[in-house]
Amino acid sequence: MLKVDNLNVVFGHGADKNHAVKEVSFLVNRGESFGLVGESGSGKSTVLNCISGLLSNWYGSIEVDGAPLSHKRPISFYHKVQMVFQDPYGSLHPRHTIDATLKEPIAIHKLGDANQRVERVLSEVGLGPQFRFRYPHQLSGGQRQRVAVARALILEPEIVLLDEPTSALDVSIQAEVLNLLQEIRRERSLTYVLVSHDLAVVSHMCDTISVMNQGETVEIINREQLQTGELKESYTRQLLVASRGYDRQAIDQFQDF
Amino acid sequence: MLQMLTKRRLTKALRQTLRLLIIVATTFVGLLLITFLIGRVVPIDPVLAVVGDKAPPEVYEKARIAMGLHLPLWQQFVIYIGNVLQGDLGTSVLTAKPVTEDILRVFPATIELAVTATIIGVLAGIPLGVFSAVKRDSILDHITRVIGLLGYSLPIFWLGLMALMVFYAQLDWLPGPGRLDVFYEDIVEPVTGIMIIDCIIAGEWDIMKNAIWHLILPASLLGYYSMAYLSRMTRSFMIEQLRQEYILTARVKGVAEWKVIWVHAVGNCAIPLITVVALSFGGLLEGSVLTETVFAWPGLGLYLTTSLLNADMNAVLGSTIVVGSIFLGVNLLSDFLYKVMDPRAR
Repeated sequence: MLKVDNLNVVFGHGADKNHAVKEVSFLVNRGESFGLVGESGSGKSTVLNCISGLLSNWYGSIEVDGAPLSHKRPISFYHKVQMVFQDPYGSLHPRHTIDATLKEPIAIHKLGDANQRVERVLSEVGLGPQFRFRYPHQLSGGQRQRVAVARALILEPEIVLLDEPTSALDVSIQAEVLNLLQEIRRERSLTYVLVSHDLAVVSHMCDTISVMNQGETVEIINREQLQTGELKESYTRQLLVASRGYDRQAIDQFQDF
Repeated sequence: MLQMLTKRRLTKALRQTLRLLIIVATTFVGLLLITFLIGRVVPIDPVLAVVGDKAPPEVYEKARIAMGLHLPLWQQFVIYIGNVLQGDLGTSVLTAKPVTEDILRVFPATIELAVTATIIGVLAGIPLGVFSAVKRDSILDHITRVIGLLGYSLPIFWLGLMALMVFYAQLDWLPGPGRLDVFYEDIVEPVTGIMIIDCIIAGEWDIMKNAIWHLILPASLLGYYSMAYLSRMTRSFMIEQLRQEYILTARVKGVAEWKVIWVHAVGNCAIPLITVVALSFGGLLEGSVLTETVFAWPGLGLYLTTSLLNADMNAVLGSTIVVGSIFLGVNLLSDFLYKVMDPRAR
């Protein structure tokens, strides 16, 4: 479904050159949920931005359904691939009602049945019709993120790119949104690519996980390996220990990678 | 439930209006107090300005009592407020007419200049700022920065004189100072006081053309200063907006790039820009003092300068109150528009 092969991203020139993503490759099958984990600055969100077409300074190959993607995406691409962003406060247009936010993609992609689609998708993400004509600032963080999910789903995409979709939310709300995303994936047979620095989130959501560090893939593991701790690379093991919370003794033994 | 909600909204709106009225009234009284005190501390004797320096002491004293200057300062201030609220700004020593009448006569010329300059500033400054932000650190951005810096640093009277020397004296492309050529003056009956509109009403197309021709240089010059300010502010607002995730959301929705910039980002910049345009307009009214003097433009700025040079304090203070009140009004309008445009501010 989605194949990324030898993806490289370089920012800046000369002394300011930053090779942010180096030779990253992975394959995501239809209906699979694929995770990209790593520390901040490891290049995981950059990979997602290349897939979504938000970045154009990449080289290598990205294919969807066997068709290679160019830097400039046709409008039909956005019908197939959608993205949910990290910040539920910033990702919605502040002066558009939820109704306007949801109807805009319908108009762009000339889908028709706008009212029914809006009602359907709002109910799918667990928001009642009373939310339809509210503005983002009148909603809580969790409700906004549900709207962000609804906005991505309204085009009925096949692939959804999730860029740390719960990191800006309270822990209690995080679980709600994650369960919602799981449920929707099951119902719609969606393919997810999830970026997170939280191994617990990734192990809950993803079947296969790529661990990244400093722009490179360290190893690709599956959920069972993550849960049992059967990991090949010491960086991944260290990341797993770090994700379990603060442990002075463990931190003293950490290495720089 | 609905009734309760409506009642709550009405109460909130009433409370907001009341708060706004208190702020406006306080600011206005503050403005009057400052102008009143300035009028009392300047080393100009208002009695002498009326009776002349050769008047006998009894005439001087009579005039002083007639002008209420024998009363305690606070009483004078209360009378001053009462007069201003009734539209009485005193009599001009220079023209021997009520200052209000003088201001009503000259002010439309200033409005004509400031509005045209604001239009030029907005039409040039906002697109330049947008392009600078979108093409950040490009040659266009650097050129805009230089243009903006020149706008900030060059004194307007110097630039005005240079513009007159080049475009009027040397190249003869544009007419010289004044609102009209001498042979067109006093032909059109003033209705609104705004020359272009009055020419349209009178059907005097040649005079209108001449008026536009005369307006180009001073309005472009004032507009340039407005443009410099607006382009820098727009650039900074745009950079801030383009960093927001809703811009990325718009892109992944499939919104065309021009629409992402000109509808989504500029639309959200428009909210703080309203305040900036309002402040810039107020600044142009102030700036018109120098521009009108250089271009002999018979507006409030020139009236103020002439009055100041002739120690005509009633006219000076009256003009200051008018400019201050317009500043206040424009700011109020920008606050109102802010609330209309931004649901978060309601």
